[in-house]
Amino acid sequence: MGRMRATLVSLVGRGVASATRLRGGHGSALPGLVVERLDPHFLRDLLGRLPLGCAVISGTNGKTTTTRLVTQLLEAAGLSVFTNPSGSNFTRGVVSAALPQLRRGRLDADIAVLELDEAHAVHFVHQIAPRYALLLNVLRDQLDRFGEIDNTARLLGQVAAGASGAVVLNADDPRIARFATGVRPGVDVSWFGIGEGLRGQFPTDEGLYAPDRQTGASPDAPERITLSALDGAEATYRIGDREYPARLSLYGPHNALNGAAALALTRAILGPRFDPAAQVEALSHVTAAFGRGEVFRLGGRDLRLTLVKNPSGFRLALAGADPSAPTLIAVNDEIADGRDVSWLWDVDFAPLAGCPSVATTGVRGYDMALRCEYDGIPVASTEPDPLVALDRFLAAAPTGPVQVFSTYTAMLVLRARLKQLADGGAR
Amino acid sequence: MRIEIVQLYPAEMNIYGDHGNAQVLRARAELYGIEVVTRSYEVGCDASMLEGADLLLGGGGQDAGQAGVADDLGRVAACLRERAEAGVPMLMVCGMYQLFGRWFKTVEGAELGGIGVFDATTTGGTSRLIGNAVVDTDWGRLVGYENHSGLTSLGAGQAGFGRVVQGAGNNGRDGVEGARAGNVIGTYLHGPLLPKNPRLADALLRVAVARGSSGRSNVQLTSLDDDAPVLAPRDDAAAGVLARWDDLAARAGAAAAARPR
Repeated sequence: MGRMRATLVSLVGRGVASATRLRGGHGSALPGLVVERLDPHFLRDLLGRLPLGCAVISGTNGKTTTTRLVTQLLEAAGLSVFTNPSGSNFTRGVVSAALPQLRRGRLDADIAVLELDEAHAVHFVHQIAPRYALLLNVLRDQLDRFGEIDNTARLLGQVAAGASGAVVLNADDPRIARFATGVRPGVDVSWFGIGEGLRGQFPTDEGLYAPDRQTGASPDAPERITLSALDGAEATYRIGDREYPARLSLYGPHNALNGAAALALTRAILGPRFDPAAQVEALSHVTAAFGRGEVFRLGGRDLRLTLVKNPSGFRLALAGADPSAPTLIAVNDEIADGRDVSWLWDVDFAPLAGCPSVATTGVRGYDMALRCEYDGIPVASTEPDPLVALDRFLAAAPTGPVQVFSTYTAMLVLRARLKQLADGGAR
Repeated sequence: MRIEIVQLYPAEMNIYGDHGNAQVLRARAELYGIEVVTRSYEVGCDASMLEGADLLLGGGGQDAGQAGVADDLGRVAACLRERAEAGVPMLMVCGMYQLFGRWFKTVEGAELGGIGVFDATTTGGTSRLIGNAVVDTDWGRLVGYENHSGLTSLGAGQAGFGRVVQGAGNNGRDGVEGARAGNVIGTYLHGPLLPKNPRLADALLRVAVARGSSGRSNVQLTSLDDDAPVLAPRDDAAAGVLARWDDLAARAGAAAAARPR
């Protein structure tokens, strides 16, 4: 009976998805909404039937890339993985993503790996107790949306407390590390983090003004996977008592750390089947997610597009910036970007001092220009329309690599245009 | 000419980029030929640091950080009140504005004592007042961003910092934003406030310089036409940079004021 109902509901949902697409929509949330109305337990039942259940990934920074990493690592280990596409961070988005993949009302997968927005994570875990949870960090992001960091931490703490099998925590983020004491009885806690020598490459929000307050399992603890060395794309991961080197296809120290997080969650899921050497090898081949350091080839040169959404993410992105490339920075203030742009003042723009030119754009392009100039970085031009600015930027720097840093909604606009312009599409 | 700027509790009270206020003051002062020393006063520091300050800044923090700060602030309250009486210019934003009032009662019912520079009281609310804000003040129309759950009420004789043109201000009811006592300003506006509002930044610097050059006597921070010395750029290049910053600030302010809450 349940099977028949699930099949019927999923058929209705798929019908709505087709109708939405015919009307020119993206078919994203509406089918999920219809299905949830028809059957509020649809998703719980669907994910509950998966052999390995559901793994959720949340935190301020790195959700999208880490979800992509875990998905590909598990696939490399032979699992069939259901995941939600970037941007659909909500239960309805997950339902909508699941609909086209259903066979007779069942999801044809071993496990679901889901990126969860902090604001929706609690609602989700109350509906569906995940077997695994990976919590990456709590940083200043969109305080106009969530209020305060401590509030965001409380939301994530409920995710940790809701997991039934294993929880993976950031050992270097005190707001995350303290969740270790709040997990259900019998739940395994494991860790990821950075090695002592890398502290300078990973400034924390607190570390900007206060002495480091690091907590969690020590870098050598067996239950922790540590990013122990990093030089450009050359990363080394300490797993157990061995070091595993990798040349990453991903860009920036933050993504190297996301790699450690993904390895730790994959180990928690696979248990004894986890093969460190094979997994680190698989990790080295994963490329950037949507707009997260993505490279576009334009007229025989490279443009790197990097999403920035909060101070620590922007600082890390600048730490990995090309100091000799012309630079465009796009800042919007829509809800998805965060209405409040004051966080730009918590970023040090000195790493751009050597760039031959810096231009700014976006609704808050003048805020960005003002910020740069107070750091002694002259801004060549400010054009609020990102597409006009991009054309001028590319025309002003016709050869050689260039880089673009952008908040979320401006990134969507720029990326769509860059895909049109790219020689062979994004790589 | 040399002035000392002291930031109060930057480790705990800096959540909305408020240290940008110090950066703007430092950068502008340099172009006016004023040497600036910036110090951080943290919980447990010696009160003598406050006695040497020509200008004091404070920012907003998490509710959790505010309690520890409130205890320490009580320890140096007399010194800060004396400095305020003496005319030292101060800009206290959000959480520190609240603690410069008489008391702050959190939504859980805990009461934090303030130092009473302002006749103001704050009660924690259950919703946040968030968004771009525009306020008319003695230093013109200022643009900032507010994000607070505390509702502040001023005593009958307590002057506000400005009148709300757009936004909520102290409590979303009476149209008043912030508080002012002599040269001390309290406000919910961050953004941070000074980058987009250079007239206010220069007014604070003028008074700090005037007090410094007159043996730190009492100079009131009055209005745009006050009698404090006019700051002069140290050379043509500095004048050009300041003009460029102020042009960008005006454009950024206009963009912010036109945005939705």
